[in-house]
Amino acid sequence: MGGYVLRRLWHGFLVVFGVTAIVFVVTRLFGDPVALMLPLSASAEQRAAFAAEIGLDRPLVVQFAWFARDVLTLDFGMSLWQRRPAMEVVFERLPATLLLIGAALGTAMLLAIPLGIAAALRPGGLVDRLVVTLGLVGLSMPQFWLGLLLILVFAVNLRILPTSGSGTPAHLVLPALTLALTPLARLTIMLRSALIEELAKPYVKTARAKGLSAGRVFGVHALRNVLVGFLTLAGWELIVILAGYTVVVETVFAWPGLGLTALQAIQRGDLFLMQAIVFTIAILIVVINIALDVAFKLVDPRISLE
Amino acid sequence: MTAALSPVEPPLLEIDALSVTFDTRAGPVEALRSVSLVVEAGETLGLVGESGCGKSVTAQAVMGLVDVPGRISGGDVRWRGRSLVDPRNARFARSLRGREIGMVFQDPMTSLNPLMPIGAQIGEVLTRHLGLTKAQARARAVDLLAAVGIGAPRTRVDLHPHEMSGGMRQRVMIAMAIACEPALVLADEPTTALDVTVQAQILDLLADLQQRLGIAIVLVSHDLGVVAGLCHRVAVMYAGQVVESAGVEDLFARPAHPYTQGLLRSAPRLDDAPERLVGIEGAPPSLLDPPQGCGFLARCPIGDAACAVPPPARPVGPGRLAACVRPFTPAWGDDRSVIDERAEARR
Repeated sequence: MGGYVLRRLWHGFLVVFGVTAIVFVVTRLFGDPVALMLPLSASAEQRAAFAAEIGLDRPLVVQFAWFARDVLTLDFGMSLWQRRPAMEVVFERLPATLLLIGAALGTAMLLAIPLGIAAALRPGGLVDRLVVTLGLVGLSMPQFWLGLLLILVFAVNLRILPTSGSGTPAHLVLPALTLALTPLARLTIMLRSALIEELAKPYVKTARAKGLSAGRVFGVHALRNVLVGFLTLAGWELIVILAGYTVVVETVFAWPGLGLTALQAIQRGDLFLMQAIVFTIAILIVVINIALDVAFKLVDPRISLE
Repeated sequence: MTAALSPVEPPLLEIDALSVTFDTRAGPVEALRSVSLVVEAGETLGLVGESGCGKSVTAQAVMGLVDVPGRISGGDVRWRGRSLVDPRNARFARSLRGREIGMVFQDPMTSLNPLMPIGAQIGEVLTRHLGLTKAQARARAVDLLAAVGIGAPRTRVDLHPHEMSGGMRQRVMIAMAIACEPALVLADEPTTALDVTVQAQILDLLADLQQRLGIAIVLVSHDLGVVAGLCHRVAVMYAGQVVESAGVEDLFARPAHPYTQGLLRSAPRLDDAPERLVGIEGAPPSLLDPPQGCGFLARCPIGDAACAVPPPARPVGPGRLAACVRPFTPAWGDDRSVIDERAEARR
């Protein structure tokens, strides 16, 4: 397993390298960073001086070599907007994002399991039809709209939760709920159909023929067999949230996380901060994928990591 | 209860006019139509018939494994005189499963949980029914693996099913079924999915366990050879009904029901010409709309108007029952009418 993880880390390194290289090339070839970063009123001398200061007057290859060397020491340069190291901004904002995603995905997974089981117990029954219908509703709801709706109901009309910002646990509720709904719906519907399929398998009959309690047949036998599929989808949800949905939800709720910062960095043309954020998210996605593979191996001994 | 008052001890397992219906979109399918069987302690009953005749459903009904859309629509299953179908006895019925009645399924490849070591799968029956600790259950699982002929049980107890062959997995299934020393084992086509050489080993194992432990066995099979070798009595099922039951020697020597005769005729023999396989013409009736009279009438060479009334199973000899108005009449005469390829092609 050790060799496997090492190999995956090498692959992950290539992925991160590729992503950072693409960001580097795109920002320098398809836009003028100097024009983006300096105000319109700046003079030609000022522009040249600034370009020289951040190394933009050198050949692209030299720029990339410097860039790569700095990346290895996690030095992405100064954020032009915040006037401090870009990585410092990332590390400051990352915990808020991880807290939000953890709360959202944790809620989704914890609710999906009982809901999926309840639906799978009697396929076609009242609970099942209710769960599937609500699941489809949840899947069809865009988060920017759902977020605004929740603000309207709970913050403006009922006045029981804050509209936006962070600080208290109450601030976490609405953004986490908004972010949780889509994965919750998808995980529930997936778990339901996987369980229905699993419960029809012969080994479940064997377990029942042994006189085991329904809880054991369900929880120990069937549920563990759908766990790999469930974790795969949950991991995919995590990646999709990290690389996209969290930007939307953090913006709607003014949640001071990495997603909101990414949006602000783009708006302000803060090239170095943008690079640091993309690099961090790429690293996180690689780590998540490796962790998932190891988790699969722990759940299912038939999975070979070689 | 009348059974308690009766001086005669009730049989180990009594299936009494059991009907099982599957509610499908096309309508109710009567998979079992008033099936009655008795299994005495220590005996082996063979349950034979072609696919879809209800043999497996019978075994599953005893085990309480008939699932939606299926349901027990009539009759009773009694264990030592006590109903297993009565919902008030649900706890009792569940306490028997795995404890007094063990079950071996057809496909050992899919009948074991792929994610659980085999020792744990055997052990959980013991912790559930005998209250053993995990360590005790594991030690007992090692003994059971040895008892079913698995070598090096101490190391194999921790293997997962995918690390074992089909024959070994079926041995594990048998170890699981006999773990609590049950009075009855239901073996549902236990050798169908196995290689011929392994089949013989598994049958030997079942016979051996039965002699050593005095377990009664219900052996569900479509293979007459398997049944002949292992069983004391045989019940022949057709279209959801038991058409004949008899001692194994009687049945093979003098089959009473035309369907049994047809089955015996169609068993291939070594001295047959290789290209010739004898069959019973036609197919079983649809159980969606079962025939009013004898289910075999449409395929029976000697059936006539008298068979339009459902023939009740009646005694046709000592310990023999047959559901036919003219038992023991040779239905096919002496010549084995064959389906050869030319006849097939003309159709």
